[in-house]
Amino acid sequence: MLEVAGLVKAYPGGDQVLRGVSLTVKATEVVFVIGPSGAGKSTLIRCINRLVEPDAGSVRLDGVEITRLTGAELRRARRHMAMIFQEFNLVERLTVMENVLSGRLGYVGLWQAWRRRFPPEDVELAFETLKRVGLSGFENKRADELSGGQRQRVGIARALVQRPKILLVDEPTSSLDPKTSEAVMALITRLAAEEQIPALINIHDVPLARQFAQRILGLNQGVFVFEGTPEDLTPAVLDLIYAGAGEELTSALGALSVSDTGV
Amino acid sequence: MMRMSRPTVVTEWRRPSAFPARWMGPALGLGLAAFVLWNLLSLQVDPARVSRGLGRAWIVFGRAFPPDWSRWELLVEGVIESLQMAALSTALGVLIATPVAVMAARNFSPLGVYAVGRGIISLGRTFHEIIVAILFVKAVGFGPFAGMLTLTWGSIGFFGKLLAEQIENIDRGQVEAIRATGAGPGAVLVFGVLPQVLPRFVGLTIYQWDIHLRQSAIIGIVGAGGIGTTLYNSFARYDYDFSLAILLVIVAIVLLGEAVSAAARRRIQ
Repeated sequence: MLEVAGLVKAYPGGDQVLRGVSLTVKATEVVFVIGPSGAGKSTLIRCINRLVEPDAGSVRLDGVEITRLTGAELRRARRHMAMIFQEFNLVERLTVMENVLSGRLGYVGLWQAWRRRFPPEDVELAFETLKRVGLSGFENKRADELSGGQRQRVGIARALVQRPKILLVDEPTSSLDPKTSEAVMALITRLAAEEQIPALINIHDVPLARQFAQRILGLNQGVFVFEGTPEDLTPAVLDLIYAGAGEELTSALGALSVSDTGV
Repeated sequence: MMRMSRPTVVTEWRRPSAFPARWMGPALGLGLAAFVLWNLLSLQVDPARVSRGLGRAWIVFGRAFPPDWSRWELLVEGVIESLQMAALSTALGVLIATPVAVMAARNFSPLGVYAVGRGIISLGRTFHEIIVAILFVKAVGFGPFAGMLTLTWGSIGFFGKLLAEQIENIDRGQVEAIRATGAGPGAVLVFGVLPQVLPRFVGLTIYQWDIHLRQSAIIGIVGAGGIGTTLYNSFARYDYDFSLAILLVIVAIVLLGEAVSAAARRRIQ
């Protein structure tokens, strides 16, 4: 179970990105976070595994306080939190197999990592996971040879071989076409259910969230403004969640229509 | 809202100046021109001296023909020594410069380590090879060992700086993904950083060897061994015909090194 309480983050010289965010993801639950660009979704996920340092607040995974860990303790905690990225973030010049096995890097020594000698059970797990994401036979391909959908499936495999206690998923479909997006989202939610891993999924595609979510949180300007089921997402609620989004664009469009009619 | 009656139309736009004020650009240009002019005047560029020098150069040139190949053993010995100096100093230099480069990459090292790494690189780049060679010749005596140490020293500055810049330019996302798995700093280097810089690493190593080959011919002049020392000795004894033979060989080696280096780097990119 993931418990986040009162999370605050401001980047140097900027406004607060997170202004006291609290949420809970229960044992096998999949929670979606929607909200406009710049609402703080990515920062929220990165504060949980501390790729970004939160300024205040608490993050607890199965009772362990993450925000106070340092060095090796933090790295041990990160092994239990697998992340899936918007831009896939595969190591482009490495093979698919090396990318998948990198999910086990927290468990092997540096010399083993250098020589790519992972324990047999890790290799077995990697092959099995590649099969589950539909990429059997791709192990020797280089990551930069793959299509977007294939890359994200490698990213999912890398996350799964960590055998994590939670999946942190940051906009997994923003770099993909609509059809591939749906397939990738279906794969993530299905595998999470099969493995009984809870997941926290950022997404800005509202229809996709409606389709796959049990519970949805709405983030706007660093605070949650909505919590509910897909059915609760009425137009009024969406206006609230996306309030202020694209204001510059809207006013530009307004100016355009004025000059269109005026001249 | 917009005023419909009198829309203000802007028809002039100039690129924002790189300087705080617009007059500073032309002022800087004028200043530089004045500086160059002043240098020309104060260096006493004298046409008479130039013409006399040309005459002397012509005499030296005449005595250098035809090149003398009779002492080819000496030549070969010098060439081999230079090649050895270049190879060994490249290997050693890269070995030492790599960890320094990691230290000096701002996106990877904490501020304290970064400062030390940058310091080492600056130190390596402060003095020209000739000056370093003079110091090493004083320290360990004449010969290729001093030359090898000189070139290795130079590597730390050159290779270290360029590799550090490569590390600073890598894709952060790939590194972030490896960090997120709970990998330690060593594993992040091996899986997240190294694959991204490896082609440039190999290319830089070959380039460094190419540079060392050329430099090894020069630093010999101050006694640091190799073909340069052979050249200096021939000059000192007015054996200009032998000097020309040596110069021709140096040109050949440099061209060969450049060709090998270019071909190898083309294959890696």
